[in-house]
Amino acid sequence: MSVLLSVKYFFPEIILTGFAVTVLILGLFLKRRVVLGSFCLLGILAAVLLMPQSYRATSPLFSGMLINDSFSEFFKEIVFLVIGLVILVSMGYRAFSDEDAGEYYFLLLAVAVAMMIAASSNNLMMIYIALEAVSLMSYMLVGFLKKDPRSSEAGLKYFLFGALATGVMLYGISFIYGLFGTTDLVVVSQMLTTRNVNIFASMIALLLILAGLSFKCALVPFHMWVPDAYQGAPTPITAFISAGPKAIGFAILIRVFLKNFFPLFPAWSEMVSVIAIITMTAGNILAINQEDIKRMLGYSSIAQAGYILIGFVVGTALGIQGMMFYILAYILMNLGAFGCVVLISNGIKSDCIEEYSGLSKREPVLAFLLAVFLLSLAGIPPLAGFFGKFLVFAAAIESRYYVLAVAGVINSVLAIYYYVKVIKFMYLEEPRAGMPAYKEPVFSPAGVLAVKIALIIALAGVLAAGLFPGFFVGWISASLL
Amino acid sequence: MPFPLLTSIIFLPLLGGLLILFTPKDRTGTIKAIATAATGLALILAAALVLKFECGNTGMQFAERLPWIPQMNINYHLGVDGISIGLVFLTALLGFFACIGSYGIKERQKEYYFLYLLLNTGMLGTFLALDLFLFYVFWEIVLVPMYFLIGIWGGPRKEYAAIKFFIYTLAGSVFMLLSILALYFTSNPHTFNMLELAKSGGTLAKGFQLILFVGFYLAFAIKVPVFPFHTWLPDAHVEAPTPISVLLAGVLLKMGGYGFFRISFPILKDAAIYFALPFAILGAINIVYGAFVAMAQTDFKKMVAYSSVSHMGFVMLGLASMTVTGFNGALMQMFNHGVITGGMFLLVGVLYDRAHTRDLNKFGGLGANMPVYAGLLTVFTLASLGLPGLSGFISEFMSLMGGFTAFRLITIISVLGIIITAGYFLYMIQRVLLGPLNKTWSDITDINRREIFTLAPLMILMIGIGVYPLLILNFQSPAVINLIQHIGGTLF
Repeated sequence: MSVLLSVKYFFPEIILTGFAVTVLILGLFLKRRVVLGSFCLLGILAAVLLMPQSYRATSPLFSGMLINDSFSEFFKEIVFLVIGLVILVSMGYRAFSDEDAGEYYFLLLAVAVAMMIAASSNNLMMIYIALEAVSLMSYMLVGFLKKDPRSSEAGLKYFLFGALATGVMLYGISFIYGLFGTTDLVVVSQMLTTRNVNIFASMIALLLILAGLSFKCALVPFHMWVPDAYQGAPTPITAFISAGPKAIGFAILIRVFLKNFFPLFPAWSEMVSVIAIITMTAGNILAINQEDIKRMLGYSSIAQAGYILIGFVVGTALGIQGMMFYILAYILMNLGAFGCVVLISNGIKSDCIEEYSGLSKREPVLAFLLAVFLLSLAGIPPLAGFFGKFLVFAAAIESRYYVLAVAGVINSVLAIYYYVKVIKFMYLEEPRAGMPAYKEPVFSPAGVLAVKIALIIALAGVLAAGLFPGFFVGWISASLL
Repeated sequence: MPFPLLTSIIFLPLLGGLLILFTPKDRTGTIKAIATAATGLALILAAALVLKFECGNTGMQFAERLPWIPQMNINYHLGVDGISIGLVFLTALLGFFACIGSYGIKERQKEYYFLYLLLNTGMLGTFLALDLFLFYVFWEIVLVPMYFLIGIWGGPRKEYAAIKFFIYTLAGSVFMLLSILALYFTSNPHTFNMLELAKSGGTLAKGFQLILFVGFYLAFAIKVPVFPFHTWLPDAHVEAPTPISVLLAGVLLKMGGYGFFRISFPILKDAAIYFALPFAILGAINIVYGAFVAMAQTDFKKMVAYSSVSHMGFVMLGLASMTVTGFNGALMQMFNHGVITGGMFLLVGVLYDRAHTRDLNKFGGLGANMPVYAGLLTVFTLASLGLPGLSGFISEFMSLMGGFTAFRLITIISVLGIIITAGYFLYMIQRVLLGPLNKTWSDITDINRREIFTLAPLMILMIGIGVYPLLILNFQSPAVINLIQHIGGTLF
């Protein structure tokens, strides 16, 4: 489809860009975080309403650069969910000042647009550009607390690792171009089935691309940036980078590897299964000793990516369904957990797990919510995380990847320890003497209310997806590639 | 649609729990009333279930079935038969009386009763679910409230005991999950329905059955607990508050045994027959080893905990026998052990509430000051050590009788366990009730009415079954015969 014709199927992205620019300008005059945030939510709502229209496109857009299929629609909805929740959570985060709220929300909406484009990219160059845009804005967001050296350090670390990873990925894409003479995924996948291709060279190319995406999804051994970036970043942004780029990374993995390079599946699946096992094991073992909850959740998110990868290695329809369900569940429970961390840190001015002692007495509702999200992350039924694990393990058993399934369940037992450790401090321990008392944050009641709304949405999602997964599975199976 | 009796039994406690969540936490009277009403109603419905149950019918009764996750053919499927009815009644009974026994808890009552009721829902659901997925969900739901109940209201080492319990049981159950999935994908059409799997499971290759059996075994054996997976039990029991110990011993251990009856044996029958000898050996180890360790204890509660390990060995032995008598004995032993040991833990709690110690060597001569207590303790102890005329004797005798036809030597060794049991229980009676009165306890008060009220029904059941075992055999025997025919065991 030509560029001009494509535009009308591109309205959600355009409207969101419009809102992004407007909020940047508005931010010059209006220094109110809650107001600007609500304005951004309006933009997301507008984009959601425009979505059905954009899915009437029958052929790829912009000369084959983008494709609006039900798969990309699913991930765009995920992007709306993530950004919407992050905006809500950001309104109540203590460390942000109202001074630069405009820039902040501009970056969030812009990264949303970039992620939407990444989800529907149908060309390796487009994927590269979209991912690079996501990365650049993520770096800025991670280092957004300019006066906090830890935030700047986190931004820099994230940037250095990211630059290397995307560089490697671009190198891989250049191999593909050399081999196939194009970066259009549809053409490449046709060539894979009709012509003799150099398997070895394509494998190297895929390996390099995998390395770049592994950085986004925080898979071992490309996870080194995670703990520092997670700890140093403003907490709402930690929540964002643990959810948004990861989901998009997996979306691209599915599109590139499982759809277009599927003929080479046997060659790379073995290797990825090793990565999956190492990722979940390393994530879990490293998480056990963490004392900072953001670091702990960082390592836990590495482990969670390992479970998601099980579905990827299996590569069947059930495996992909499992991944997509898991990603949805993971986003709800992880953003929920970070939302609780934001509110708790407002009160106790700390992210140290030990200082959560006796929280259930001081803040019963918050402690209860965090406990639910952590138990969901641990995979306890009937919460969303359990059904996600159930689906990926089911996919592994169905296709006889027994080693992977056993590694997965052993890891979920390991993980119990550190998730429950937080619950232990909140419920089993008494508040210690000399600990900062929990104070109701005074700065912005509306902001706190916004976080609470985000938490209610996440809780409702975790319960609904856990108790009635059938509805979500139906939606997902209609969105498969 | 008929009245959903089973759903009501399962979810009444949870409904009460949700009501409690919306009750202000300083209104403890209301909270207790809600909890008592919820468990009481569940007990009344369970009693109605027992009365309406058709004993001669070997199929599932009161079945309810609704599609839950149609894409995976997962159904909300409940039903009760002769194997589960006793355990359902036991759970409702202990759930109600342990709730009354919880009135002594003074701290954080709102949280306590919410978790307590959630635990009840999980336990009842486990015994009534006929869909493996649903079963697994209920099975896991039990873990979380139990963790908190031990961890918050427990003794000095509660945190260690709670996390140990959590990780141990979870480690077992995740392997069960894999076995469940494997069963699902090997059935055609794919199903989680236990009844359909029981029909088709026998066609699986034997080697495959063995692997799946081991997966289920890990989950069930840890819950029972079977040696060497029993180490979580004494920790959990000692640290847990009294009512929770009652449910642990009375109901949670039965979940493991029930799993063998409902899942492992009917679905994977070739593997069950293959593993009969190891089952018998492990049963004997449980009986004898558990009894010896119990004898060495100075902590009253720990002693009763190890006596549970010993008593659950009879369940294993009865199962291994593959006879109707042995199965009947094993199933009945689960019920009887629940009643007797539940009562024993209540009695330990009565003493602990007054003396604040459980050290057996610090008591002595309490019989003079607490005559009613002494009487009750003696009766429960005698039931526990298998005195004829009380219920424990019947089920242990039947398990041994079944076991004797299949494994003579092992059964002979197991019988020794009864002698050791008599030894440590009588030694306990001697140290607590007899001898000169320890001056520390000269003003100790006797058991009060509320405590007697919680113990009386258990004692009635204990004596009733002991005198007239058909009371329970009538319910379970047809289903057991059916099960033995299905597995291909001995109709003895």
